[in-house]
Amino acid sequence: MILAGMTWWGTAAAGALEEALPGLADRAFPAKQQAVQALAATGDSRALPILEALLAGDLYTREGADPPLVVARPSGTGWSLRDPLTRADLGEVEREAVKRIPLNNALRTALRGGIATLTLSSPDPVVRSRAAKDLMRDPSPESVAALRVRLEQEQDAAVRTTLVLAVAVADLRVGTPEARLAAVATLEGSLYPEARNGLTTLIANETDADVKVAAERALTAIDSRLTWNARAETLFFGLSLGSVLVLAAIGLAITFGVMGVINMAHGELMMLGAYTTYLVQQALPGWVDYSLFVAIPAAFIVSGLFGIAIERTVIRFLYGRPLETLLATFGISLILQQLVRTTISAQNVAVENPSWMSGSLQINPALALTYNRLYILAFALLVFVALLLILKRTALGLQVRAVSQNRAMARAMGVRSARVDALTFGLGAGIAGVAGVALSQLTNVGPNMGQAYIIDSFMVVVFGGVGNLWGTLIGGMTLGVANKFMEPWAGAVLAKILVLVFIILFIQKRPRGLFPQRGRAADG
Amino acid sequence: MRKRDLIKRLVLGSGLALGLSAVLPATAADDTIKVGVLHSLSGTMAISETTLKDTVLMLVEEQNKKGGLLGKKLEAVVVDPASNWPLFAEKARELIAKDKVAAVFGCWTSVSRKSVLPVFEELNGLLFYPVQYEGEESSKNVFYTGAAPNQQAIPAVDYLMNDLGVKRWVLAGTDYVYPRTTNKILEAYLKQKGVAAEDIMINYTPFGHSDWQSIVADIKKFGGAGKKTAVVSTINGDANVPFYKELGNQGVSAEDIPVVAFSVGEEELSGIDTKPLVGHLAAWNYFMSVDTPENAAFIKQWHAFTKDPKRVTNDPMEAHKIGFDLWVKAVEKAGSTATDKVVKAIVGLETPNLTGGIAKMLPNHHITKPVLIGEIQDDGQFAVVWQTEGTVPGDAWSDFLPGSKDLEGDWTAPINCGNYNTKTKTCLGSAAK
Repeated sequence: MILAGMTWWGTAAAGALEEALPGLADRAFPAKQQAVQALAATGDSRALPILEALLAGDLYTREGADPPLVVARPSGTGWSLRDPLTRADLGEVEREAVKRIPLNNALRTALRGGIATLTLSSPDPVVRSRAAKDLMRDPSPESVAALRVRLEQEQDAAVRTTLVLAVAVADLRVGTPEARLAAVATLEGSLYPEARNGLTTLIANETDADVKVAAERALTAIDSRLTWNARAETLFFGLSLGSVLVLAAIGLAITFGVMGVINMAHGELMMLGAYTTYLVQQALPGWVDYSLFVAIPAAFIVSGLFGIAIERTVIRFLYGRPLETLLATFGISLILQQLVRTTISAQNVAVENPSWMSGSLQINPALALTYNRLYILAFALLVFVALLLILKRTALGLQVRAVSQNRAMARAMGVRSARVDALTFGLGAGIAGVAGVALSQLTNVGPNMGQAYIIDSFMVVVFGGVGNLWGTLIGGMTLGVANKFMEPWAGAVLAKILVLVFIILFIQKRPRGLFPQRGRAADG
Repeated sequence: MRKRDLIKRLVLGSGLALGLSAVLPATAADDTIKVGVLHSLSGTMAISETTLKDTVLMLVEEQNKKGGLLGKKLEAVVVDPASNWPLFAEKARELIAKDKVAAVFGCWTSVSRKSVLPVFEELNGLLFYPVQYEGEESSKNVFYTGAAPNQQAIPAVDYLMNDLGVKRWVLAGTDYVYPRTTNKILEAYLKQKGVAAEDIMINYTPFGHSDWQSIVADIKKFGGAGKKTAVVSTINGDANVPFYKELGNQGVSAEDIPVVAFSVGEEELSGIDTKPLVGHLAAWNYFMSVDTPENAAFIKQWHAFTKDPKRVTNDPMEAHKIGFDLWVKAVEKAGSTATDKVVKAIVGLETPNLTGGIAKMLPNHHITKPVLIGEIQDDGQFAVVWQTEGTVPGDAWSDFLPGSKDLEGDWTAPINCGNYNTKTKTCLGSAAK
């Protein structure tokens, strides 16, 4: 990977930098790659910002001007230029005056390797750690030599650990049997894929019996740790899928459970929440990172109002007639879909993810939890707790529970059941809207979005027990986890089918679900 | 009594009005040639197909400015089959039997094409199909202006194997005929090239699938075994958006595990943030970034027509343009829009494509196309990293599947058959009537 090697250090370094630089402007990719490698080999601190600028797409060429290579940043309608070597300001030019240096994947790989070599001695330990990890993948003798040199000088404990591992991976290939044995011992239990691959290759080619036995033992230990991490990862995937199911179903648990209303427009209420997020992001461009905090209450209100409107205009007249309610709400779902198609667009709309929801949390090299799923899991639990508190601690909650257990008695006690019905439906619809905000971050937002979740919502509510919030939570999480554990060997489609079959069989045994409602009204 | 008379009169009157309105447009239609547009404008495929509807409208408008066709104006009839495959067949029948269109430009997914194929063959209509597909088909009534596997899938795999040194393969697709057949062909091709079965991972997901966590994690693990791994993606429609987002979130970069997609172009990328996707690949026969005068003129015309300088152009749009140009030439040569005359006239006709070459209609109803591999840039455009020297003729029947090796499509006399067995010299299946 590094052509010229470290012998260019010292007096040759300054000249080498200027010599290698024009190669970056060459049209052919192999020539650019050679230039990158030469620049990295100089070890010159000025080479680093040039390579980083090239990787970021900020390095441009100029026709007939000196210097021919410049770093350009957008400024107004044109570019503001800097000299890549001296960092001097070179003024402003218009768009067409400079041409970007194109990259391809091979060049990007070479750049990352070169930057890693140069940043190995960076003052920032985080940068050094990342450089060590990048070089761990690179088997060239120059990178290994750089790693060994750095290990001698390294003071920071975390970076030392990474360097020790990286050097051990390299030692697996070279050196005496004793060195290899020591490397195997160091790599015991390491979750880095490079460690596992190195051990696998070692076992295939090893001649020394002791080393081979030790390596096989180390590999078994690593594999068992990897299996546990894989299970933890699948559990996380299952919980995050479950949290989506819970969010989708919990509003339905209220309306179906408390009022016995089969609301086929529930998916569309979620879709309205997702579209509210889109409209909020359109209304506040540039505030994407905060848009969700505005969208959540907005979606609650919008879907809640739609819910109350649906209840007052249609559902109110159809109590005790579940088939008519089903048909009527199905019709309402079609109306809502078409409403969105005509007022906004028939196609999907782009809802952006805030920057704090992108990327993942790296627990260890084998386990990464994506932030968006993590936040949505926390959010689902938050919504669940909030709903539980509303039902257990507020006056409205008390009235809702009273009406659901025994409507006639509640009315006799002075509860205005019609008003409670409207507010309950509004609450369920509002929660659906909030679920829509969460869904907008995970999936495409289009008029048909609700259709994908209505079946799942009913599935969770029926499985968990109608009207029971804890049932919805446990049911949703169980179904999500079951689905994700089956997916690796059954595939996405078959896993879903198996889950549905399981629910059908479960309902045969326990028709009321996991946590059935109790009380005379429920039994009667 | 009075009220009932009034109601009777109202009903009769409105019935008469409706009847007239059904008849009148038919008489006015004699002065125009109708062109059908059969693309999903809603549902999971709308993300890809809506722009193709606009393309045909632009081509019709342009032809009308040149004076129409055979002295008549062209009229576009647009229907929305809404990503619903049975509805595609219904709408196709409506276009041919009721609207009496001379040709239909439409379909994207192979399942939609398979749904309408019997309708076109029964009613003897013409379909210009602009999208890359799995081959294994050559119908008298369809012109395949998109890529066959030998014009997209096989060259892409060759590029990955030879230029990038890929040793392990993930074939990820949506669960329907196109990815299934293409993956069958690719699996056979890879095994022929010596790739072991445990180095190939195949995975299918339903349309619109949005939970990619486990699959992307599996791809990461599969790719972490020390050998260079690539994903060959035949994922279609809006499932691509959460797929690429999940790749970005889980940190799968293009330098580690490149994804080469066959159904993702400029249009699918135009709605998402492409920064995490930079370096991933697509294989097509055209990219908007190709620098030729024909392409520059086409893009200018497109921006003027849509009044939106941000709209992008893509490969299926070029395929529609080529198909439309060839149809116009064939109609002018035949002097008629009748299906049989056009079919006879069109084979052998040539028209320039937008990348500086020529597209020629072959006897198997496929065309000649160049193959380009492009890397995604952070502005949603593709930078070409590899291309074929000239054009590649489309091969309807893959040479890598045992059942189709010996088959050729040839709709010219004397063979006149879509699946002619060159070894036994017989025509299997339906010959032209």
